[in-house]
Amino acid sequence: MSMRGRAAIVGVADAVSPTGELATHGRALEARVIREALADAGLTLADVDGVCHGQSSVGLAEYLGIHPRFTESTNTGGSSYEIHVEHAAAALAAGLCEVVIGVYASTPRSDRRHGRSREFQRPPGPNPMVEWELPYGMRMPMGPYALAASRHMAEFGTTSEQLAQIAVSTRAWAGLNPRARHREPITVEDVLASPMQSSPLHLLDCCLVTDGAGAFVMTTAERARALPKPPVYVLGAATCHDHSMISQMPDLTVTPGAVSGANAFRQAGVKPSDVDVLMGYDSFTITALLHLEDLGFCAKGEGGPFVEEGRTGPGGLLPMNTNGGGLSYTHPGQYGMFLIVESARQLRGEAGPRQVRGAEIAVAHGSGMVLSVMSTLVLGTEGALS
Amino acid sequence: MSEAARFEPPISEVAEPFWDATREGRLLLQWCTACARPVWYPREVCPRCLGSTLEWRESQGRGVVYACTVEHKAQTRALEAPYVVALVELDEGVRLLSNVVGCPPDRVAVGDRVQVTWEPLSDGRRLPLFEPDD
Repeated sequence: MSMRGRAAIVGVADAVSPTGELATHGRALEARVIREALADAGLTLADVDGVCHGQSSVGLAEYLGIHPRFTESTNTGGSSYEIHVEHAAAALAAGLCEVVIGVYASTPRSDRRHGRSREFQRPPGPNPMVEWELPYGMRMPMGPYALAASRHMAEFGTTSEQLAQIAVSTRAWAGLNPRARHREPITVEDVLASPMQSSPLHLLDCCLVTDGAGAFVMTTAERARALPKPPVYVLGAATCHDHSMISQMPDLTVTPGAVSGANAFRQAGVKPSDVDVLMGYDSFTITALLHLEDLGFCAKGEGGPFVEEGRTGPGGLLPMNTNGGGLSYTHPGQYGMFLIVESARQLRGEAGPRQVRGAEIAVAHGSGMVLSVMSTLVLGTEGALS
Repeated sequence: MSEAARFEPPISEVAEPFWDATREGRLLLQWCTACARPVWYPREVCPRCLGSTLEWRESQGRGVVYACTVEHKAQTRALEAPYVVALVELDEGVRLLSNVVGCPPDRVAVGDRVQVTWEPLSDGRRLPLFEPDD
């Protein structure tokens, strides 16, 4: 049974701030974006019978006072929210539930200032990461991505200038988004002159650390058509992971997105050249470059030349990360929710100055942990369904 | 690198032979006798066949830098930045995370030959690091 077009995203909301900080946090912030997403959908909490949350859908449901019959707490890091949409779409298609909400909120920036502890909790007892990686002082999370970049450069001749171009094009999109954290234009030279972190990644090759929150509401295709806003259909959804620790990644230049992407495109019956907007998780510039190759927008190893001359920026052939991305819009730690929210806004024509005209197909491609868990959503308008 | 401040890894039960051998400066790898392949990191069963016929064999401790990064902000008091974190592909065919020491950080590149060198830990174990194999 195909999932294609059986479920839709019908409400979205996100909370960000140009200062990078939000006044609320925790459950209060989650409740705020859920309320906004439900209002966007024209639904109420009483309609909800499915809940997704990256830590505990049980705790959230209790807080909201609802008794869901679909519950989803998969946590794969940044790609959790794409997986939540995938699983919710399958559950809706199978008739397990009718209306599903998903939410994410994290406030690392204001937590730090207010002394709210978010200390890294080392898992108790020996585990492979602690035993075999922690002693070597690899910076997390950027170290593994730097290793991937070094390998890509050595194997394919990718340059720091090419990686920098991704940050430059993404910043140009942020310039069109009044809600973005950083909007002033930057150049390749600016990126290369920013302090080296884990070579070859400079500060401006790395995502922001901001507060942020987002939520989505999904329902069946039938019910979606009766709601006020145009439905954003799930045309294809697929996930793959191939390692947890970076030393176990089979090939540092190929992510499991090569598998999730191909499967999601096949379900959707579309190909990369049909995609109007690519929301490709950009924790680092190299992350976005790997997505371009693994999703098939260009051949393996050709991501560097592909992004040159602003191909992914405003006016380029492949609009990528049109909200300004994790590099310039917001990045509270797990960015995947914002890929979904922006995809929906673009497909509904609500993106204002950054609107990609006539956008009918968007891809939200989440990346979790250290290039470990990829989840690809192919989303489309009513027009894309037929 | 001062030995005192290095994060000292815990010893998992399955890796006791590995850590014991480091006391003598020997680098051991698990091999699955059914698959005739090395396994890294140490575990109770082979990740290819789920068999438990794993045996310890000594590695030559030589390999190549598969990927590397220079950390410009120290993550531990043991290491003074800049220092090299690398994935080393041993000639036996497995990849380990480690540090490459014994040369300026900017001289380490993907494809370089390296060999194991040992940093003492406080309990007599030693931590495998790598240095240029000239």
